[in-house]
Amino acid sequence: MKHRLQFAGKKLLRMITLLLGVSLVTFLLMAASPLDPLQTNVGQAALGSMRPEQIARLEAYWGVDTPPVQRYLGWLSGFVRGDLGTSLLYRQPVTQVIAQRLSSSLWLMAVAWVFSGVLGMALGVLAGACQDRLPDRLIRGWCLLVSSTPAFWLALLLMMIFSVWLGVLPIGLSVPIGTETAAVTLIDRLRHAALPALTLSVTGSAGIALHTREKLVEVLECDYILFARARGESAKSILLRHGLRNVALPGITLQFASISEIFGGSVLVEQVFSYPGLGQAAVTAGLGSDLPLLLGITVISAAIVFGGNLAADLLYGAVDPKIRRGAART
Amino acid sequence: MEPILEINGLSLSFTQYERGTRRRSLPVIRDLSLSIAPGEVAAVVGASGSGKSLLAHSILGLLPYNSHLEGEIRFLGQPLTPQRTKKLRGREIVLVPQGVTYLDPLMKVGPQIRGGDRTEQARQRSRRALERYGLGTETENLYPFELSGGMARRVLIASAVTTDPKLVIADEPTPGLDARAAGRVLGHFREIAEGGAGVLLITHDLELALTIASRVTVFYAGETVEEARAADFTQDRLRHPYTRALWHAMPQNSFTPIPGTQPYPGAVTEGCLFAPRCPSSQPECQRAPVPYRPLRGGRVRCLHPEGGEVP
Repeated sequence: MKHRLQFAGKKLLRMITLLLGVSLVTFLLMAASPLDPLQTNVGQAALGSMRPEQIARLEAYWGVDTPPVQRYLGWLSGFVRGDLGTSLLYRQPVTQVIAQRLSSSLWLMAVAWVFSGVLGMALGVLAGACQDRLPDRLIRGWCLLVSSTPAFWLALLLMMIFSVWLGVLPIGLSVPIGTETAAVTLIDRLRHAALPALTLSVTGSAGIALHTREKLVEVLECDYILFARARGESAKSILLRHGLRNVALPGITLQFASISEIFGGSVLVEQVFSYPGLGQAAVTAGLGSDLPLLLGITVISAAIVFGGNLAADLLYGAVDPKIRRGAART
Repeated sequence: MEPILEINGLSLSFTQYERGTRRRSLPVIRDLSLSIAPGEVAAVVGASGSGKSLLAHSILGLLPYNSHLEGEIRFLGQPLTPQRTKKLRGREIVLVPQGVTYLDPLMKVGPQIRGGDRTEQARQRSRRALERYGLGTETENLYPFELSGGMARRVLIASAVTTDPKLVIADEPTPGLDARAAGRVLGHFREIAEGGAGVLLITHDLELALTIASRVTVFYAGETVEEARAADFTQDRLRHPYTRALWHAMPQNSFTPIPGTQPYPGAVTEGCLFAPRCPSSQPECQRAPVPYRPLRGGRVRCLHPEGGEVP
């Protein structure tokens, strides 16, 4: 029990420092940004025709006249109390904006996450099992090709093929244009999420496949595989009984670590597909100097990624007999 | 009696790529011959790097794809073809490997010994085999990391004998064990042999080999240099200078090492491989390959064997 409490305490401390660090870096980057919030959001022409009092009020609204340290501390004291502030662009509480955006992004990312994991694992195992033979070469070539393709470019390509030429899938957005919210069906939502999810899955699967292949090749060279063969186990049985079992542990780490990549990828992909998700909101907030929203999004994303890694650690404890049985004894 | 295993003129080489595209063949075992009778423990002794483990892998058909095998391996009188090996290994021909790294770290001992066979019969067989070596049923539910060194060794032996094999190949079965534990492990092999099986004991430890083996084949840089009876050692009837050197290097004998090191595979000369280190080497030793020939009830690969010329 003491062991568990120690583990939880350590993780909590690490999460707090991580979130502090992430928010501070985001804030410093925003403070160093050459974008002037007034010029970006109000416009040069409008500013020219305004009276000094009006400009002063706008400056106060965008926080230009407050010293950076005070702004950050102000945000931090609110954050500690659970108040993420109000988005300057959307004029809504940040939590509300994030909740809205996250609900449409979460499905997209969850589908991409599961699909990239399954696809990557399957391709990696197939390649590793056929080491240096044709399937392995094809899969490796494909993965290297995909890894060296920028996600946004792949998104544009898929859009051209499926939306422009074939016309089978919508070109963007998360729901059909001109439809009432009540009239939007699940099929509509799935059709709109298909291309962004596909882009994210394909880009995400390449890395997982390459890593899985390496790991499987390494496992298949181990002494215990040789002994399994000496005991007369067939190649299929060795792959299924020993190969997959030993690839599973690093596979878990890999899969949960890929959450951050899916998050990062979704920023670009949502932008290309005008998909109103968290990624797009992050871009809007960054370009529009919406400090509270941007800080909110980065902190929430960091917390989710951290949660993913934590889940991997906990799963490890459940799956790896060395940790499971070792912990049970202490 | 018909030997269980008979190896004649076995040579093994690996194809390697040198500086990109130039292929070369790297010989690791040259002209190896040995035989094992039922009920016999035969030892193969050699320094590390002499190709001993590869001998075990050759018999079991576990060599990597870039290897090339020549010569003849006969099991119960019939040549051991790859198809036949596949059918026999794990059943009639079994391996007892070096240590706990040969067990899947994420699989419990029981299912691992049974090798995927979930029948009640297999369950009983594995239970009996473990019992035979003083391991209780609870051992089946342990993971390899929970076994002590001695337990792991007994599990490995148990996993080999579940199927009543005819040939047991033990590849360095005792490293890391103290003398008493090693003695117990060797006792298990003796028992297996007394049950009628042949045991091939591969080791670098001559002293250990002599405690249970009736015949010892000595390996030097991938070649068999001598086949001697265990008694030949104590009665000073050894034939090859290298075997004598091994015997005299033992602490309880005169504890005198010989200078030099074993040549690496590939860096192989025309004639006798041991000639550069041999105290009684003659110029003709390095000129042509030396044949392996019978001498005084054993065999030797030497032009000027100890204790007189070949009659």
